[in-house]
Amino acid sequence: MTLDALNYAIAWPEIVLMAMACVVLVVDVFVEEKNRNFSYLLAQLTLLAVFALVATTGEETVIAYNDMFVHDSMAQTLKMFILAITFVVFVYSRDYLKERAIFKGEFYVLALFAVLGMMLMVSAANILMLYLGLELMSLCLYALVAFQRDNGNASEAAMKYFVLGAIASGMLLYGMSILYGLSGSLNIAEIATAIANSNDNRIGMSFALVFILVALAFKLGAVPFHMWVPDVYQGSPTAVTVFLGTAPKLAGFAMIMRLLVEGMGGLVNDWQMMLAILAVLSMATGNIIAIAQTNIKRMLAYSTVSHVGFILLGILSGTAEGYSAAMFYTITYALMSLGGFGMVIMMARAGFEADQLDDYKGLNQRSPWFAFLMMILMLSMAGVPPTVGFWAKLAVLQAVINIDMVWLALVAVFFSIIGVYYYLRMIKLMYFDEAEDQHPIQCGRDMQITLSGNGLLILALGLYPAGLMALCLATFG
Amino acid sequence: MIIDLVFFAFSGLLLLAAMGVIVSKNPVHSALFLVLSFFACSALWLLLEAEFLAITLVLVYVGAVMVLFLFVVMMLDINVAEMREGFVRYLPVGALVAVIMVAQMVWVVGDFAGDTFNGEALQQSVRHAADYSNTKELGKVLYTDYVLPFEVASLILLVAIIAAIALTMRRRSTTKYQTPDKQIQVKRNDRLRIIKMDAEVEK
Repeated sequence: MTLDALNYAIAWPEIVLMAMACVVLVVDVFVEEKNRNFSYLLAQLTLLAVFALVATTGEETVIAYNDMFVHDSMAQTLKMFILAITFVVFVYSRDYLKERAIFKGEFYVLALFAVLGMMLMVSAANILMLYLGLELMSLCLYALVAFQRDNGNASEAAMKYFVLGAIASGMLLYGMSILYGLSGSLNIAEIATAIANSNDNRIGMSFALVFILVALAFKLGAVPFHMWVPDVYQGSPTAVTVFLGTAPKLAGFAMIMRLLVEGMGGLVNDWQMMLAILAVLSMATGNIIAIAQTNIKRMLAYSTVSHVGFILLGILSGTAEGYSAAMFYTITYALMSLGGFGMVIMMARAGFEADQLDDYKGLNQRSPWFAFLMMILMLSMAGVPPTVGFWAKLAVLQAVINIDMVWLALVAVFFSIIGVYYYLRMIKLMYFDEAEDQHPIQCGRDMQITLSGNGLLILALGLYPAGLMALCLATFG
Repeated sequence: MIIDLVFFAFSGLLLLAAMGVIVSKNPVHSALFLVLSFFACSALWLLLEAEFLAITLVLVYVGAVMVLFLFVVMMLDINVAEMREGFVRYLPVGALVAVIMVAQMVWVVGDFAGDTFNGEALQQSVRHAADYSNTKELGKVLYTDYVLPFEVASLILLVAIIAAIALTMRRRSTTKYQTPDKQIQVKRNDRLRIIKMDAEVEK
């Protein structure tokens, strides 16, 4: 066997990312405290370089590293969004980290390694790689949640996240090991063949499927495995919450696609109903409990749970149309959540977290522009046209109706109408209430521009969704 | 026949030891039961002709991890009675969930649902000759077929180191350090001051 047979060049972006993360780690040791910006710039430069490398890789599907690693159009698209979103997360989080004295090189090193884990998950052609990518990502995220180590809430959140994440990993491994025992292979394509040939042994495969599905639901935060989501979102520093709530969702979507659709696509009849139950429970619990929240991070966490329900709707349809609708939903959700938590970071200042809903009272008087942006984000999450959230929900519902599950679409619409209430309450607080807090809103120029771009992108994609929609359709075309 | 006997002996030991880990009241006993279950498990792996894994389990888990574990258990003063609070209260719900799960699993894994997990459905492993080196073969595939997962696993270890240091290292201003390079450059004049003074005379 020679080195060329590995076809290693296709993983060039991952190799560069890994090397640069190590460079940031080493360089950061020699950088003085006042020049800490250098580590930040180096991390941003890395993301840009890796983005360029991913973007210039060819379109065609390539399998490398002895069937461990696959490059296809889904991987390419998702990786580009993961990298772009992480870039924006770093821009948002810089001032927040500085004000809380946690502006350290390790933050960027861990985040870069988490991105590497996500990229490996997205490109996994083998369930072993899927698991290792997931662990690489999760370990970094656990550490990032606990990053503000003198904060009791953050430590508690990290502990919960770690314990529940470990249980989920155990479930996943258990399911994978049964799958391996029955199919004799870790390779996703070979598992698919084994399932296609195993007509009389469906129940064994479904047995493995249940464990895998529980683990996936844990990792995505679908009800009834959502317990960690609100606590972790609330407890971690907002700079970490914004990372946690965006890029890993894209990796989680890829994981579902690789495992359920590519690997266990033959069992679609089994997982369709299981996903439907998870989706209905998630939409119901997420939307109803979010109403009772007074903390915006908790409210957005429950909103995440309900959005996960919608993403599952697209996947459970089992059609190419449904998968692309789910991908569209995941990408737009990540962008909305990026903006939503970005606003929370912008409102926060040293010694003040801005995580209560009352902190947003009268935002329109204090800053009409940011109130407007927040309104766009809230409307998009609620699924009101002309924002992109509307198209995302529409595409998913269409996919569900096309497989004759109209009742499911009706349930989804019912719960999203309930959900509109708490998004509109936010708009009411911003526009019709008197401001209690009269501090001037201040943040860096870079953050203002990026946040404005983020909000306007939601509006622009809502007006011209065709480009992104076509991209998602082409992926599963 | 004899292999079956050995298998059942060690599996029984493994189950008993695993029960002991959960049931015993003293955390040190729990840790020691865990050591026993690792030993029983490594014996099972030996039966599966996975010598390398069996030896690694003993070396790494028993030799390193469990010793650390025991240190931690002995250093922390764990209040067992406090941890057991609410055990009886949650027992009915926990037991119900456990019974349902066990029943489901027995139904699937057992023979009730047909031949799901019998010998034919599962992939059979290949038996090798006595001179077959498990370790050598593992090493070969680890650096060829599995080179990418191997590297990623090493990254996970690196991340664990970074995370552990980032979360626990503190620089305190009150901590006193030794700086050997400065210490050995000390000259007599830095430490010793000779002053002139009149001799004290006792009156």
